[in-house]
Amino acid sequence: MANIVVRSLSRRSFLASTAALIVAGSTPGFARTIVGRMPWEPGSATPPVQVRPGPWMFFTADEAALVEAAVDRLIPPDDRGPGGKDAGCAVYIDRQLAGPYGGAAGLYMRPPFMPGAATQGYQLPGSPAARYRAGLLALADHVRTAFAGKTFRELAPADQDKVLGGLETGAIVLKDVNGAEFFALLLQNTQEGFFADPVYGGNRDMAGWKLVGFPGSRYDYRDWVDQHDKAYPLPPVSIMGRSDWTVRE
Amino acid sequence: MKPVMRSALAIAAVLAAVSGDAVAQDGQSFDRIERGRTLAVLGDCGACHTAPGGKPFAGGLALETPFGKIVAPNITPDRQTGIGNFTNAEFLSALREGRSRGGKLLYPAMPYPAYTKMSDDDVLAIRAYLATLTPVSNAVVSNQLPFPFNIRMAMLGWNWLNFTPGRYQPNSQKSAEWNRGAYIVQGPAHCGTCHTPKTVLGGDKAETPLAGGMLQGWYAPNITNDSRTGIGTWSKDEVVQYLKTGTNSWTLASGPMADAISHSTSQMVDADIAAIATYLKDSGLGGATAAAVAIAASDNAMRAGAAIFKDSCAACHKDSGLGEAHLFPRLAGSALVQADDPTTLARVVLHGTRAVATSAMPTAPAMPAFDWRLSDAQIAAVLTFVRNSWGNAAAPVAAGAVTKQRQSLAAAP
Amino acid sequence: MARKLPRKDVVIVGLGWTGSILAYELAKAGLDVVAIERGPWRDTATDFPPAYAQDELRYAIRLDLFLRPEQETLTFRNNASQSALPIRSFAGFLPGNGVGGAGVHWNGQTWRFLPTDFRLRSHLEERYGKNALPGDMTIQDWPVSYDELEPYYDRFEKLCGTSGKAGNLKGTVQPGGNPFEGWRSSDYPNPPLKQGLGAALFAEAAHKTGHTPFPQPASNMSEAYVNPLGLKLGQCTYCGFCERFGCGNYAKSSPQTCVLPALLRFPNFSAQTESEVTKINLDSTGKRATGVTYVDTSGEEWEQPADIVLVCAFSLFNVRLMLLSGIGQPYDGATGQGVVGRNYAYQTTSGVSLILKDKILNPFIATGAHGMMIDDYNGDNFDHSGLGFVGGGYMGAGQTGARPIQTRPVPAGTPKWGAQWKKATAETYQRAFSLSTHGSSYSYKDCYLDLDPTYKDRLGRPLMRMTFDFHDNELKMSAYLTARLAEIGRAMDPAEMTASPRKGPYNVNIYQTTHNTGGTVMGADPANSVVNRYCQSWDVHNVFVPGGASVFPQNHGYNPTDTVGALAYWTADAIKDRYLKNPGPLV
Repeated sequence: MANIVVRSLSRRSFLASTAALIVAGSTPGFARTIVGRMPWEPGSATPPVQVRPGPWMFFTADEAALVEAAVDRLIPPDDRGPGGKDAGCAVYIDRQLAGPYGGAAGLYMRPPFMPGAATQGYQLPGSPAARYRAGLLALADHVRTAFAGKTFRELAPADQDKVLGGLETGAIVLKDVNGAEFFALLLQNTQEGFFADPVYGGNRDMAGWKLVGFPGSRYDYRDWVDQHDKAYPLPPVSIMGRSDWTVRE
Repeated sequence: MKPVMRSALAIAAVLAAVSGDAVAQDGQSFDRIERGRTLAVLGDCGACHTAPGGKPFAGGLALETPFGKIVAPNITPDRQTGIGNFTNAEFLSALREGRSRGGKLLYPAMPYPAYTKMSDDDVLAIRAYLATLTPVSNAVVSNQLPFPFNIRMAMLGWNWLNFTPGRYQPNSQKSAEWNRGAYIVQGPAHCGTCHTPKTVLGGDKAETPLAGGMLQGWYAPNITNDSRTGIGTWSKDEVVQYLKTGTNSWTLASGPMADAISHSTSQMVDADIAAIATYLKDSGLGGATAAAVAIAASDNAMRAGAAIFKDSCAACHKDSGLGEAHLFPRLAGSALVQADDPTTLARVVLHGTRAVATSAMPTAPAMPAFDWRLSDAQIAAVLTFVRNSWGNAAAPVAAGAVTKQRQSLAAAP
Repeated sequence: MARKLPRKDVVIVGLGWTGSILAYELAKAGLDVVAIERGPWRDTATDFPPAYAQDELRYAIRLDLFLRPEQETLTFRNNASQSALPIRSFAGFLPGNGVGGAGVHWNGQTWRFLPTDFRLRSHLEERYGKNALPGDMTIQDWPVSYDELEPYYDRFEKLCGTSGKAGNLKGTVQPGGNPFEGWRSSDYPNPPLKQGLGAALFAEAAHKTGHTPFPQPASNMSEAYVNPLGLKLGQCTYCGFCERFGCGNYAKSSPQTCVLPALLRFPNFSAQTESEVTKINLDSTGKRATGVTYVDTSGEEWEQPADIVLVCAFSLFNVRLMLLSGIGQPYDGATGQGVVGRNYAYQTTSGVSLILKDKILNPFIATGAHGMMIDDYNGDNFDHSGLGFVGGGYMGAGQTGARPIQTRPVPAGTPKWGAQWKKATAETYQRAFSLSTHGSSYSYKDCYLDLDPTYKDRLGRPLMRMTFDFHDNELKMSAYLTARLAEIGRAMDPAEMTASPRKGPYNVNIYQTTHNTGGTVMGADPANSVVNRYCQSWDVHNVFVPGGASVFPQNHGYNPTDTVGALAYWTADAIKDRYLKNPGPLV
């Protein structure tokens, strides 16, 4: 009983954590009143969450097969490194479409939706997720009709390229879907996946960054800014690190 | 406005303070009240006896202990709920012996084991100052500990084991400034409450005062003059600057010390801060510890730690480990980095922390959290690296220690 | 029904650069100040720490720090014959959101306007004749002079710790600086940043072709710095994540690094976040504001009474708040009558992309504002006789990084995907570099802001409508500047070069800049301005618009932030030294 003691008393940390900000008692909601000092609380950062491999979260198996085949033509594997599929671009797109981006979160989605000039920006009501669903369906239909019942994945690479090229130029017309716009969206997302931080599921092993020589999430080049015409010596690093961070046994 | 009862004493004091009358009734002179205010700052009374957002000194701050809550009482001069009815003898006894009115024993959350060093005159000056505060009616139930910890008699045994009452005894070999510093450190400022290692019973380890202690998830560093793990490398001016502004060219205060600096040391008068520095630099405590041998850079943990440091830490703390004065703490040569106990290091890497803001140094930069980014083994590796680079040398940090810290922070952030 | 809060001396709408400067100055003067910010609280270690501040997808593509169009957007059309349609996803310009505002995600480019810019119409008419300007061009003189603003530019640059090299110290031209700049009372508080190879090669070529290159003034710290508020900033690490990003290591000036920690020490200041001001309230005379009404995230409505209302939101939203509050006569594009929404202007930018032979440029090593520039073709620094246009801009090598989702140059004619694209991408990244021009955008009768008749925001209030297109004057100017820049580019001996002068029509879908100006223009005459020379409303004397770019009568060939900051200090002094002593119209 004699060890009713205060050796681990935390009065100061208690003070520090509660006095840091005073949430106004009078104001409901997330609104905050900030007075007295710069707020700081543990756990208030919002770091990204590493995308894990696993089942598709948005795509159906057929959709995923098409997208994996397509991203591998948009960024083909070669002696410089992996293509879009092995770099995880389809996984990246899947996770993006399953998240806020897919649902057009934060965008202005109020009617009326009216066609406008090209200078006025995208004006259709579909979210990215809806555009993929419709675009992939229409593309699969087109391929089935044009190539005797085959799926996109079953086509020879040259034919796959022809289909993608036809979408890009508008030579292939899809049913109820603007093929060129859908192609532009797919290409944009594929390249995002290839060059975004690996934390989002693409750019696996930093393949995209290694391709161009981008050192990734490094934050200090003071020792190299005036080393002109010399290659930067360190390997790229992801937000979640690199292999050298692992302690070898 | 709630009607409040004011003691005649308090009214007299307020009048004296307002009128600037140097001599008033009942020992409530302006000088004495001012001295009491200064001592209340030295003693950091307000930190515990003020609830967040509450009236100063009206109590209500809950102190979390492993056994439950102790709530700091109301020490305004309110007669019903404060200390308005205390006699001077009762006040002296509470501060210095941990005995409240009627002989009730206080828990040593109240630092009476330190305040016992204070003179009658100083304690009563604090009383005189507190008497000038506006009485606040705020009934506080201090003891919210569950049975059996709520039995105050238990403190009798604790006191018998751990508490040595007695006033500060001046050292005639030392200067008046040194003695003033020693008095403040050992008495009102109660530095040892956090910085002195504790016995298993929570009493001070008398043989190693100020050599560094643990308090819930933080390591209060060694503040003896030890040159490797203490403040031996700090000049006296650097000690002064740290206490006054919360930062010096070595480091920035955060965690519990941030609070001590904002409420207490930054508010102290310059002469008292200088006296503290004089004493700490010449306390005779903390002789040279055996020099540690740095772990080789080829060690596996060191190699991983070096990569993590380069990629995650160097943008602020620099490749050289020198950081940036008053912004990013210096790691090279840092005593805290090389402390035997890496609790604080693991904590700030896991959760991050905010440095203290003072009027002299308002920046208050914050260290970001890395708990989401680095595994326990990686945090252990990077800490091992910073503890053994740029001339630093200290024991490696085990992943298990980081795991433990992560778990305890999850339980009580 | 709004719940009424206790009265304050000052209510500030928006806590970005101008809001935080005004709050600091007025709280320091002892006034009770509250700032109401519709976005969230933001700070370095929690919102853009160096552990994930460098996330291109999150910040540059998904626009994490920016205003969500769902909360507020604009409608847009190129001219009055079109139906304006909503900007459903911001792309052409990116309004900030949250505490710190655009000061969080800016690049740090910190330019003063030229002395002649402040008397633009008078100067051009004096030099080129009354008939030299197009009839529908509505440029006008500023109601303040460069000399009057100089001390305030100086204050803002010292607040920021701007890195640079003076070109004109008290009238004496300084080697290494910009010889065309207005006189400076003191040099920049920090020396210039270090330069990468691309900028060094540009400077060499510019020099060789008879121009005067100098380092771009940058509010990114070349050295650690303590500003006059006692706040310390760290040294820039050239990470290449400024534009669209917050700075993770206290090296870029922002309200967070330069003002807020000092501001929050005043007990008479508070900030209310995630609360959107919907209206400035007026008394029954309509000549005095009584405070503002705001809505918090739960939808609850609050009334904040105050003696002074400071409109410190982003430029465009200052204009909308004035329109929604009925302060000042709305501008009518058909008749040219009215003032609120008049003289909306932008910036006329263009680029020259280069692919060099056998160079390792490390283009990812950058800051938002390092680089080498020339100012030979800005404003009226060159003779416009016979050129068929007025105006100009600075130009040079100021690439802000090479974040690879957005920056992957390939030779002209390369396919957009496939094997050839991949090969070209890999081979070009290290050798490619872009040069740019940053040109003026003068104001015109048919470029304006008003309330949209069709589209509403989430609270049912009309969106603002932007009617804007480039005019011949600006397109000719861009062609001329881009050609001059290409001449310098050619002197860098590139393997390949593509010059892209600005072409119309203005496309709101392609990023150019976020330098949207005008709409609550400052002037000497209430007939052609919304606020007077102290940024005070002509109509409601206790409403000020203290320095947002909405007060610019037209936009000049420089980035706006330095002038915005200078006007914020200028207005703060006018309120402290003049208005508080005698509340009423200052002019």
